[in-house]
Amino acid sequence: MIILWTDALIYLLVFSILLSGFFISRKPQLKRPLRKITISKTGMISLLVLVFFIIIGLLDSIHFTETDSRTHEIISVLDYWAKPLRTQSEKTYSAPFSAYLYSKETMTLEDGSQQWGYPRLKYGGSHLQKPATEWKADLLYKSFIGFSRGASLVILFMVLLWSFLHDRHKYFLKGPTAKVVWFAVFLLISVSYMLIYLSAYYHVLGTDKVGEDVFYQAIKSIRTGLVIGSLTTMIMLPMAIVFGIMAGFFRGWVDDVIQYVYTTLNSIPGVLLIAASILMVQVYMSNHAEDFNSLIVRSDMRLLFLCLILGVTSWTGLCRMLRAETLKLREMEYVQAAQALGVRQGSILIRHILPNVMHIVLISVVLDFSSLVLAEAVLSYINIGVDPTTYSWGNMINGARLEMARDPVVWWSLLASFVFMFSLVLAANLFADTVRNAFDPRRAEQGE
Amino acid sequence: MEKKLLEVKGLSVAFKDEKVVDDISFEVYSGETFALVGESGSGKSITALSVLRLLPTNAEVYASEITLNNDNLMSITEIDFCSIRGKRIGLIFQDPMSSLNPVMTIGEQIAEVMRIHFSYTKAEIETAVYELLQQVGIPQPARRINEYPHQLSGGQRQRIMIAIALAGKPDLLIADEPTTALDVTIQAQILELLKSIQQKTGMALWLISHDLALVSNMADRIAVMQQGKIVETESTKVFFKQAKHPYSLKLLAALPSMESCVNKELKQTVATEPCLLVVEDFKVYYPIRKGVFKRIVDYVRAVDGVSFHLHKGKTLALVGESGCGKTTLGKGLINLIQSISGRVLLNGIDLTDLRGDTLRKKRSEIQIVFQDPFSSMNPRMLVGEIIAEGIKALHPEIGLVGRQERVADLLQQVELPLSAALRYPHEFSGGQRQRVCIARALAVDPKLIVCDEPTSALDVSVQAQIIDLLKKLQRQQGISYLFITHDLAVVAEIADEVAVMYQGKIVEHGEVEQVLTHPRHQYTKTLLEAVPKMVN
Repeated sequence: MIILWTDALIYLLVFSILLSGFFISRKPQLKRPLRKITISKTGMISLLVLVFFIIIGLLDSIHFTETDSRTHEIISVLDYWAKPLRTQSEKTYSAPFSAYLYSKETMTLEDGSQQWGYPRLKYGGSHLQKPATEWKADLLYKSFIGFSRGASLVILFMVLLWSFLHDRHKYFLKGPTAKVVWFAVFLLISVSYMLIYLSAYYHVLGTDKVGEDVFYQAIKSIRTGLVIGSLTTMIMLPMAIVFGIMAGFFRGWVDDVIQYVYTTLNSIPGVLLIAASILMVQVYMSNHAEDFNSLIVRSDMRLLFLCLILGVTSWTGLCRMLRAETLKLREMEYVQAAQALGVRQGSILIRHILPNVMHIVLISVVLDFSSLVLAEAVLSYINIGVDPTTYSWGNMINGARLEMARDPVVWWSLLASFVFMFSLVLAANLFADTVRNAFDPRRAEQGE
Repeated sequence: MEKKLLEVKGLSVAFKDEKVVDDISFEVYSGETFALVGESGSGKSITALSVLRLLPTNAEVYASEITLNNDNLMSITEIDFCSIRGKRIGLIFQDPMSSLNPVMTIGEQIAEVMRIHFSYTKAEIETAVYELLQQVGIPQPARRINEYPHQLSGGQRQRIMIAIALAGKPDLLIADEPTTALDVTIQAQILELLKSIQQKTGMALWLISHDLALVSNMADRIAVMQQGKIVETESTKVFFKQAKHPYSLKLLAALPSMESCVNKELKQTVATEPCLLVVEDFKVYYPIRKGVFKRIVDYVRAVDGVSFHLHKGKTLALVGESGCGKTTLGKGLINLIQSISGRVLLNGIDLTDLRGDTLRKKRSEIQIVFQDPFSSMNPRMLVGEIIAEGIKALHPEIGLVGRQERVADLLQQVELPLSAALRYPHEFSGGQRQRVCIARALAVDPKLIVCDEPTSALDVSVQAQIIDLLKKLQRQQGISYLFITHDLAVVAEIADEVAVMYQGKIVEHGEVEQVLTHPRHQYTKTLLEAVPKMVN
């Protein structure tokens, strides 16, 4: 097993989330809001979608060297399972579920004569004898088989769960949102099983310019999106919170210094900094070629630095907001009461200021998350984003620029990246909304 | 009998499933002053807003009849209703700070109303605005006309609000707690103004208030509201002589009165006993900085050389109007605001000398209870944690169990249920929250509690309970209070001594009975005269 830099950070993140979950479950007043989340339907469904994305991202973060290949390529567990998708490349574009190529070329027929037309694909729909007549029926039949297999899998799992848990964990099965959530689980797993089943026979989302499966690209991009969203946030958040709260609370020279730093940083165009640091990393890597011998290690390094520099350039906005809010909060009477009680300033910051700015942090983090995924797309456009060999929605959208200008239009790359990005960002937004409502004691009581 | 101006029959207002106004009927006759009295949350403001159709859209309003001069207000379309609001019914809100637009001059804001309701020429509007400003008693109206709200004082802003309400020449003026945010002396002026305008124009005044003493001076008829229902409607004379409904009687009984100090038996103090708190020549100045280098050009003398002393187990009331420096003095004493000079001796130790950790330890001796029970507790902490915070900070040696016992003990002292410890502040009413704040202050065994207007955000009946609680705690534990307030009636209830503050200085200091009945300083006399008294 090989642990890349971003992998390590992802493990760290997951570990700290689990740890804080453990802490929360031990405190009764923090457990109450968690219950509140389980009551909200949108909250639970968006959590489900998020977890689904995260599982795919985690599977894609366990890397090892492929032993049976000659090249000793580094691949992830996801790559290993999706081997057919990864290796079965066509010649060039093909539409979703199509059995033919998307562009005409000269073909040599069996009788030796030559014809100008759409050739059959090497893999997609190759099991069909006469695609023109069989295609529709086969597609429906295979979808049905895939869906029902997935469905029976879920039902089997649910029956097992029921028989094990039915008297101990009633909440799982009979809670207020249990029906909706289990239905969503059912739908999600059945549909994804269906897609996986279909992808063995067809290119579900078509192929791109060099004939690679777009479905595979979109799935591989999940990890990139999550890494950029979460690692950047992890870098930016501590800076924004610590500096913002300190500037607002202590005022005086602390405030002056912090303000000076962020106005300076803000006045340098972010793109310039990003370009500079990415170029620096590239130069460093080409000077130390022996340490970065594999393509995937190099692109991983570049991704890590992109997160780092995005984090460094994007904390100022949140910092300013937190400073303003802290300026307001420090004049609140409960802060003064705490001072009168002889509470130390550090405790006041942690106990009185921090919890009362968390709602701002949560909202802006989720909004930033979506804008970071988009920023990655924009940066890829001017070639300072992730490595061109890294699968990312940004790279897909960037490629789609030319595809949209083509006639007939190749729309599936754009659509695939859009749908995946949209569902991730939407789920994150809705879930954050639920969390914010649940943890605000004044709102929590009003209920749904 | 005069003719009915406004008649409301069977009005109900509900938010979601909660009825806040429940089937009330009343009428306002032309030319009279009708007062709607009740405690906060009784639905009196909602009633006024529902008549004007100013409620948020999630409110459901039912009424069998609302008529103004025999016009049915229920059947008027929303567009036509604009000619009723402002023109036939004027409205004054409670808070003059937030009801004026800060980026418009006051002249424009008054003219806006006229431009909507009358087809005056520009010159006509200008003269009309000028006359209105004169009428509401703004000095130098020609100059003030182009000023912005922040350049005026609170009382002047309320006058502008009245001018705006009068600009449409309404038949009915609704005044929703018009003087609650103002000082007593200003309150008296504004009430006087309202009375004189009413006499001149003959309009009806619908006064909404929680203050029975004020109402007794102003109103012709009184309606008492309790939990969305009108429980009693009576002419003022009859009401104050023989109110019938038990709730009205309760309100009247809860009213603190200035006479209560007269018969109070004085606590005996031994003259030789050393004072608990001695304040000598205490000064808090705020620098005014100007120019590029922020040079200090002058000081705002918030507290300007105050000296007084306080014995153990006694209450000193610090009285004054807003801006006189009484809150600054209170916060300065407990070192929340830095003082410029002077000494604060608590049991002989000068608190102004202390720094760092010694100051932190010493803080337990002197605690504070704030005015606003809503902002003085962290909304994200449980009540138990809030009370335990001081113990945690100053007595870290007490463990979790010890702390919990102490919190339970304190909750009992302030007469709250033990279950309160595991709930959030917002789940409590204003009075209960103030009890929690008192418990928090008591947690560290203080010798002195600075009470900064602890009752002025509360209803009268709750106010009386809190004062009783404070008195009880003083008897049991011998705590001294420095009671900062603007309300002289409360002073009479609780204080042993009174110090009157005016522009950063104490102008009069003495036993409560002597100060309230035989004031010596001119300012104290003005203050006492301005307090609305019950008409018997």
